[in-house]
Amino acid sequence: MNTGLLRRVGLAVAAPLVSAAIAILISAIVLELSGSDAVETFRTMIENGTKLESMIDMLNRATPLYLSAIAAAIGFRMNLFNIGVEGQYILAAFVAAVVGAELDLWAPLHVAAIMLTAMLVGAAWSGLAGLLKVTRGVNEVISTIMLNFIAVGGLVAGLLPKFIDDPTATNQGTTPIAESGRLPDLNSWVEVFTREITKGRQLTGVFVVAIIVGIIYHVVINRSRLGFDIRASGMNPTAARAGGVPPKRMIMLAMVGGGLVAGLVGMPEILSDTNAYDQGFVQGLGFAGIAVALLGRNTALGMAFAALLFGFLDSSAAVLQVSNLASSEIVVIMQATILLVAVIAYEVVNRIRQRDEVKRAAQLVEASA
Amino acid sequence: MKSKRLLAAGLAASLVLAACGDDDDTADEPSDEPTEEPTEEPAEEPSDDTTDTTMAEEPSEEPSGESFNVGLTYDIGGRGDQSFNDSAAEGIDRAESELGITFTEAEPNADGSNRAELLQLQADQSALVIGVGFLFAGDVAATAPENPDTNFAVVDDAMMDFEAEGGPAPLCENCAGLTFAEEQGSFLVGAAAALNSESGTLGFIGGVGGFGLIEKFEAGFAAGARAVNPDITIIPQYITQAPDFDGFTAPDRAREIALAMYDQGADVIYHAAGGSGAGLFEAAAEQSESSGSKVWAIGVDSDQYLTAAPEVQEYILTSMLKRVDNAVFEITKAQQDGTFEAGNVVYDLSVDGVGYSTSGDFLTEDQIAQIEDFKAQIIDGAIEVPTAPEG
Repeated sequence: MNTGLLRRVGLAVAAPLVSAAIAILISAIVLELSGSDAVETFRTMIENGTKLESMIDMLNRATPLYLSAIAAAIGFRMNLFNIGVEGQYILAAFVAAVVGAELDLWAPLHVAAIMLTAMLVGAAWSGLAGLLKVTRGVNEVISTIMLNFIAVGGLVAGLLPKFIDDPTATNQGTTPIAESGRLPDLNSWVEVFTREITKGRQLTGVFVVAIIVGIIYHVVINRSRLGFDIRASGMNPTAARAGGVPPKRMIMLAMVGGGLVAGLVGMPEILSDTNAYDQGFVQGLGFAGIAVALLGRNTALGMAFAALLFGFLDSSAAVLQVSNLASSEIVVIMQATILLVAVIAYEVVNRIRQRDEVKRAAQLVEASA
Repeated sequence: MKSKRLLAAGLAASLVLAACGDDDDTADEPSDEPTEEPTEEPAEEPSDDTTDTTMAEEPSEEPSGESFNVGLTYDIGGRGDQSFNDSAAEGIDRAESELGITFTEAEPNADGSNRAELLQLQADQSALVIGVGFLFAGDVAATAPENPDTNFAVVDDAMMDFEAEGGPAPLCENCAGLTFAEEQGSFLVGAAAALNSESGTLGFIGGVGGFGLIEKFEAGFAAGARAVNPDITIIPQYITQAPDFDGFTAPDRAREIALAMYDQGADVIYHAAGGSGAGLFEAAAEQSESSGSKVWAIGVDSDQYLTAAPEVQEYILTSMLKRVDNAVFEITKAQQDGTFEAGNVVYDLSVDGVGYSTSGDFLTEDQIAQIEDFKAQIIDGAIEVPTAPEG
């Protein structure tokens, strides 16, 4: 029995470790083939990753990725392939930036109003896809792809010119949100434990929001009736239905829940970075989040590690370039390899588990006979 | 609103640092610079800071001036995009061989989330940091004041605060904005288009409309065409509207638009659509072969006759050149000479900041003479090229 437990834990740990090892090996080969020094490259990556300023970069990068991953994972947990986070967060950020610039409130209220606006817009846009599925049976993959196009290429593109702050600027954006609507950075909190943060790095206040969302996600999914229903619907929809879980209601809940979180993805930009929606607004976080959710296996902790790993790799991409060690493409290759290898490793582990299970069941039957 | 245009015309050359000067007159006369104090700190070599990892080691080779590191920071696409970024790369390569400087290159993540971090990393080890593309403007304005020993330059943004008290002033004391008079170059290719059009109908394909930059191309192109033939018809179309920037990377959509324009009778089409231009060239070849009468395409930014696929080369009449390479080279040279100044530098026809290409020899000598005549008139101010399309 004890060896069984050991084996299960071993398998759980082995999958990510083996994937990492294989990914590093493949990356090393690519590096050497492209004429770079692999050892030096990895050494620089580690050295960079252990510097305080780079860690701030990593956390700033991981924060929106994590939120985006959770937004996607809520749907994934019940086999709902919601790939609409991209459109949801961009539309939400845009509306929140416009509304935030109009408001003039006491600081905490102002920030809360902006976040709430973003969440509601995200939920409404996502809910639209849910509604289409529930009432008309439209596949959520199709509807969310279409809604992404409508949100980014249609609504935001069409509405942005009406809210331009300075028409003569090359980088046109909405009116910057007043000081009261900005979230203070967390540098002073971090500096309690470390030296002073230099080089103008600021840890976004949304980091705390991401942690809170992560905890809520974990508790709801694993410790609540709702979470149980979601997981049940995902594992076996027919059984869940027979057990009294209303499928339509679950679909709406999952879509709206995902949309609420998706609304927060653009908040680092709006609340702490540029404080406006402009041409440089970061796009693509919705799709990157899917990769993070996949790597983190839709669990709160797993996705946190995955988001940090992506943050680390992105931060490495920068430092490798400026130190003339490797091009940024190498990091993209590493991210893709890790993802691919991890998916395969998880599948292998799954099969081993299933075989173990069958064996154990057979033993039990034998013993009782 | 109009201050920018005024400026572009007015202070082509340079701007004194208004922050330190006492000039409270508007910046219309940059002529005499009483405080000829170079604004930059002595060009420091990749100095400072304990955190540097392996920096490009400084070569101790001869070429004339002082050697220092330039942090060239591309926008998404980086070196090898056969367009904007590549042009900047050409400039820095030339600076390396002629001025003996070193450089480090970087490009942001695919989603462009780390521009500020890249600038800071570059600033840690460079005397001059160049951001290629206006999307760096905001981040440079934030990063520059924290790195007073490093100079910054942004391609395609003026880096000016046009609403500052006492007249437009540089956004920061150590950053320059390198902009181009795209409308002037577009004027010349507009003239070339009209001279080569038999149908009297031209097309213009803009990559992304709605943020002001590409409209400058359209305005200049139309003005140049009308200067030759006041009755000419121009069909303008934009692939996407900002903030949807896919229009710069959608050759398939450019191809369809171009084919539709050729169907409507256009026989010369000019594109200002970055990577989408390849679709226009394909359409020109396709249309010419299927209809039996030759139609033309006009390239943009770099001499696209030289970079396009061989089978479409013969349809590229000329290209509007935007000499990002010259801008990058010149600002690097200014850094070396100690003449770097904050504020807007406009690269126009008079300094070969923009121009047109003659590769392929499709423009006749007579046509070139006429175009050169327009060029001279623009330089001496007889023709003023609009920067916004009519109507």
